[in-house]
Amino acid sequence: MAFDEKTEGFRVVGTRPDRPDGIDKVTGRARFGADAAAPGMLHAAIVRSPHAHARIVRINAEKALAASGVKAVVTRADFAEGLEGEMWNILENVMAGEKALYDGHAVAAVAAASALAARDAAKLIDVEYEALPHVTDVDKAMEDGAPVIRKGAADSSVPAGMHPNVVRFHESGHGDPDEGFAEADLVVEEHFLTEATHQGYIEPHACLATLGADGRGELWCCTQGHWNVQKVCAALLGIETSKLRVTASEIGGGFGGKTAVFIEPVALALSRKTSRPVKLVMPRADVFRATGPTASTSMDVKIGMRKDGTITAASGVFRCQGGAFPGAPMEFTAMCAFAPYDLKHVKQIGYDVMTNRPKQAAYRAPGSPMAAFAVESVIDEMCNRLGLDPIEARLKNASKEGTKASFGPKWDRIGLVETLEAAKAHPHYSAPLAEGAGRGVSCGFWFNHGGETSVQLALSEDGTVQLSVGTPDIGGSRASMCMMAAEELGIPYEDVRTTIADTATLGYNEISHGSRVTYASGLATIEAARDTILKLCKRAAGKWGIDPDAVEWRDGCAVPAGPNAGDFEPMPIREIASRMGSTGGPIVGHYEATPEGAGVSFATHIVDAEVDRETGATAVTRYTVVQDAGKAIHPAYVEGQYQGGAAQGIGWALNEEYIYGEDGRLQNAGFLDYRIPVASDLPMIDTVIVEVPNPGHPYGVRGVGETSICPPLAAIANAVSNAAGVRMRMLPMRPARILDALDEQGVAGG
Amino acid sequence: MVGKPLVKVHLWSGLRALAGGSETVELRAATIGQMLDALIAKHPALDDAVNAGVSVSIDGRIHAQDVTCPVSAENEIYLLQRIKGG
Repeated sequence: MAFDEKTEGFRVVGTRPDRPDGIDKVTGRARFGADAAAPGMLHAAIVRSPHAHARIVRINAEKALAASGVKAVVTRADFAEGLEGEMWNILENVMAGEKALYDGHAVAAVAAASALAARDAAKLIDVEYEALPHVTDVDKAMEDGAPVIRKGAADSSVPAGMHPNVVRFHESGHGDPDEGFAEADLVVEEHFLTEATHQGYIEPHACLATLGADGRGELWCCTQGHWNVQKVCAALLGIETSKLRVTASEIGGGFGGKTAVFIEPVALALSRKTSRPVKLVMPRADVFRATGPTASTSMDVKIGMRKDGTITAASGVFRCQGGAFPGAPMEFTAMCAFAPYDLKHVKQIGYDVMTNRPKQAAYRAPGSPMAAFAVESVIDEMCNRLGLDPIEARLKNASKEGTKASFGPKWDRIGLVETLEAAKAHPHYSAPLAEGAGRGVSCGFWFNHGGETSVQLALSEDGTVQLSVGTPDIGGSRASMCMMAAEELGIPYEDVRTTIADTATLGYNEISHGSRVTYASGLATIEAARDTILKLCKRAAGKWGIDPDAVEWRDGCAVPAGPNAGDFEPMPIREIASRMGSTGGPIVGHYEATPEGAGVSFATHIVDAEVDRETGATAVTRYTVVQDAGKAIHPAYVEGQYQGGAAQGIGWALNEEYIYGEDGRLQNAGFLDYRIPVASDLPMIDTVIVEVPNPGHPYGVRGVGETSICPPLAAIANAVSNAAGVRMRMLPMRPARILDALDEQGVAGG
Repeated sequence: MVGKPLVKVHLWSGLRALAGGSETVELRAATIGQMLDALIAKHPALDDAVNAGVSVSIDGRIHAQDVTCPVSAENEIYLLQRIKGG
């Protein structure tokens, strides 16, 4: 797909206008998932398994149905039968069938006249369980004799002889790592562990569903992808896709966690049974127990290096725990692990392992941050032992255009070297460290994605523009869409309004994931604007009586293409719009495609940290993010993505973790016990936007939303390890774990 | 098959056991879709893996979905597992 590129002379792109949704959000006018209501609305509550693994013997809802205000109860019997593959997996997760597979797995749901009545009725539903052995740890789940989550779940990629809980396998690389290790002056092999973390979005999942006996329905929900919700719900309810109209609410954070479907089919099933609208809002504890955290990991990484810093070989084994269903992102963990480096000999292996935990979901660059933690920690250790500068060593081995990626192909145009050079030149890198502090550096990589995209741009009679996109705005995309439309049309930013259209008003749009929105919806917006310009020029040509090819669009006006086209005054967009009804009808531009040119992205982070040797507490004292954005449409939003990734990474590295008891139940299903960073935990996070244009986008845009969370785990671990004088190989680095490590090394204070 | 270019497809190592141990497979195809069909026809054991979703890198540009994209004998072509995100 070739585009007319624009790389300079921007009028709107690159500026920092106010966000169009800002006033709505600060005044409370914005409508989130739980803000919807309908006449006659019922409220729903879900009954969840208190067991990590149990056979469901019997469900008796008689008492609940007899309670005041209770209208209906649904179980698995109220959903479609005969589903296969991923749709069966989703249904099994949405509502358990024969077995409860994890603590918090839904087994029934009730609708009642009030939220309180629904919660009370849920307690009256009597579920008889037969408890089964469980396993929640990734390494234990792979051992002989571990409880089997589901027989036959493994696909054909898994080598013979593996435990049935290993359900997918990945191996890639090139060369002969053993030959490369033999050429090294230093070989380091280490084992790393990371715990599952939650995306921590502030808004719980919420929806309002209406589904009539005629099979037609309306659904309002907070999601990263309402076309996907429509497709999944239609399949799980056994209705035709187009009979369900889905509208995406404002979204209070997603970070990948709202790419999955959890509660919407339940609300629809209850609505179908009661012929009433049903509202369902997840309590926070349910969000932790029954939505999708990240995979936890167990990883082994081995790297060989010469004294001059040249990496001679690398290998890694990455075991990803994905909960009670296939899908842990082990292939991305494996493929991203060594992506920053140009390696002659490299091999990476991944295992997708099932356990009795909730099905993992995407979380910003799924799988990549853990890989970077292991690989970049080993590189830091090797630089320390060989007395090498960590950025110089990375530059010596850096991937660049034309070198062979660790997962196979040659790189297109990429910007890793530019981020490393910018980090090296940043004042942070040369600033003196306080006594006892440590500095860490890490690189990170993410692929980015394009995906199915549909955009419509309609001209109003006053010359302003209504832009409809289908990608929920999870990171400020409405502002960047307005900017790209305004840039192309030559009109003020304020003259464009961007709306997230519902599933009945645009063609299919893939989920807002893969850092794809500014890239793909942006590309479609630019092309829809160019389509509109062709139509505007045609109207001007008709008025002037010349050929449309003899008209150009410049600064918001149609103008003759040259002296031979005729002598006409520029015709502004407002003038054309005011007459469009009498010159051919409404003017609407559109664009539909699956853009395939999403440029990959690299980042380099620098972190300073101090460790209290008496308490084990870590303070991150300085943080700098350097990342390639290709082209920053709205630099403030890009910086916000960089800072957000770093902030979430600080939580993941230092405090956040799913804690399971011996009984297989989640011990910390709330923000009091699951500790996300608060403002006082964070330093000011400095940012540097590197712009190495992506040749697959008209303006050079690369996705930026995910790469920023790839380096932090390693960069912080390297800073902490260098401050403490002991290598930290397990996340989170909570105080007790740091004290234990100091004790083991005999370097504790106090 | 005459008229379609002979393209060389690199498999990730986890796929090679399903393709007779080959690191690369030569096929006649003019598009990604034709290439994937020809690959399964030649090595039926790859059916599950390909249908589970693959991305295709052509000269370093990753194509996640579009099977209409042209391929030629001059392209460097790698199969990758399906790219998605969070």
